[in-house]
Amino acid sequence: MALIETVDLCQRHGERYTLKNTSIRVDQGEVFALIGPTGAGKTTLLRLIDLLDPPTSGKLYFDGMDVTESERLRFKIRRRMAFVLQKPVVFNISVFDNIAYGLKWRGKRRDDIRDKVNSILEVVDLTPYKNRNARTLSGGEAQRVAIARAIAIEPEVLLLDEPTANLDPISTAKIEESILRIANQHDTAIIMATHDMAQGHRLADRIGVLIDGELLQMGDPREVFNLPSSREVAELVGVENIIDGVITSSQEGIAVIDIGGTAIEAVSDYAVGDKVSACIKPEDITLIISKSASSARNTLASEITKVVVIGSLARVELDCGFPLVVLVTKRSVEELNLGSKVKVYASFKATRVHTIKRSEGN
Amino acid sequence: MMEIWHGITKAAELLTTFDPEVMDIAGRSLRISVTSSLLASLVCLPIASLIHFHSFPGKKFLISLIQTFFSVPTVAVGLFVFVLFSRAGPLGGMNLLFTPTVMVIGQALLITPILLGLTISALSGVDKALVDTARSLGANGFQTAIAVLREARFAVMAAVIMAFGRAISEVGLVIMVGGNIRGFTRVITTAISLETSKGDLELSIALGIILLLIALVINLALSRIQQR
Repeated sequence: MALIETVDLCQRHGERYTLKNTSIRVDQGEVFALIGPTGAGKTTLLRLIDLLDPPTSGKLYFDGMDVTESERLRFKIRRRMAFVLQKPVVFNISVFDNIAYGLKWRGKRRDDIRDKVNSILEVVDLTPYKNRNARTLSGGEAQRVAIARAIAIEPEVLLLDEPTANLDPISTAKIEESILRIANQHDTAIIMATHDMAQGHRLADRIGVLIDGELLQMGDPREVFNLPSSREVAELVGVENIIDGVITSSQEGIAVIDIGGTAIEAVSDYAVGDKVSACIKPEDITLIISKSASSARNTLASEITKVVVIGSLARVELDCGFPLVVLVTKRSVEELNLGSKVKVYASFKATRVHTIKRSEGN
Repeated sequence: MMEIWHGITKAAELLTTFDPEVMDIAGRSLRISVTSSLLASLVCLPIASLIHFHSFPGKKFLISLIQTFFSVPTVAVGLFVFVLFSRAGPLGGMNLLFTPTVMVIGQALLITPILLGLTISALSGVDKALVDTARSLGANGFQTAIAVLREARFAVMAAVIMAFGRAISEVGLVIMVGGNIRGFTRVITTAISLETSKGDLELSIALGIILLLIALVINLALSRIQQR
């Protein structure tokens, strides 16, 4: 039995649905990441799960219990969860008292509270700030207080809304480390919302993609990032090359896709005549000067239109009958003397092309 | 002009020698107004929290009504309390008219709208995310209200001090329900009113200086609180 289960949850504000028929299941000890752009409904879903807001429709089960049964039950269940809001909210009292609040509200003994808070202060590396007013802390420190305050009550479910938004890389790393430690040590189910795709990839056991209030895909990170189920998901997870075409032939799982006169081959189960979008990640394409140097099924004659160096990598834009973006190392740019108007071959394997069937209208 | 100057020097003498009558009147004023402010706070803070934390039809109207009563004429409250506690009134049997107790009740009633209104506004100033945080950490309704009140403590304290300022500087109500009985219900404002009409300027000026000093302390305290 899942610890948290939502069935067709909907939330409507006026005429607009901020969440539509969302069903997820999260088990004990699992890290579940909700990814999606700003305004996709991630916070709405977290607020519903934490029972801060009632849903417009749908069901929510906690450990098999229907939470809509009574307000008393909702309160009891809320006490088994903790929610860290996106904006680090701290009370205008000391760091110690902030972390102790949840324990005090549960009527814990003073000595137990002191011991617990002191040990958590060490975990989040905030012992020197113990007696400082929490309002005087930096954003990263305040967020760590908020997380410490949440884990102090040893929740069975920890909800995190963009826990590292606007934080520096060092604070982000510390918080991510704490999240993984909590999930592993306490078997806590963690549901976190993030618009940082890489973070979702790093931390989550499973990922749910929310776009415009709809849960479009759910699966393990490898699946979501490599095999997006729709164009919207592909765009969100950073597939820069999404090219529309039609399957013109198919043999033994290898389909030929016609893209405005240029043919590419892809591993695909779709039938001849199907309209598809071919998704190719920029890092899966290599650039070569001579056609004979490649054994890949797809080797397209191209002309470079733009080269932008970003740190140790370079983003190369090509015209090969259709626009294509390729990611290469800065060293390759120098060695191959890549620049505007240079003729190259873009090479990629058929297995690296992921196809998504387009709806009739597209 | 000489008369005023004479009044000021005499008043300074009354103050520096801690004249028993001046001290008695000032002490009573403070006792009555502090008690009425505390009493009103005890009642108003929970009621303001209830109004703030609950949604009900007519809530906005109620808050507007409370704000309208900020400037209720003191004599109107005085008349209401007088009728309530007069011999023929519903609470006449308690024999409280012309006692410090009824003055406390009257002042508490007078400052109730200010305390309610300013406390509601102080609570509204607290970040909504803090309420959500408290609830998500497992606080029940009462615990959430206490946490939010604690968060708004400086604004709430400012409200209490403002209310105290209104109570101690008020004259119409206390003269109507207290009767200005010497040594029993005479307070600074009623004493100034009486002594000035009798032409005894020195006592009035001495008491006026004390009232101004109290106002100064209140203002200093308020600005200290507002800087936090």
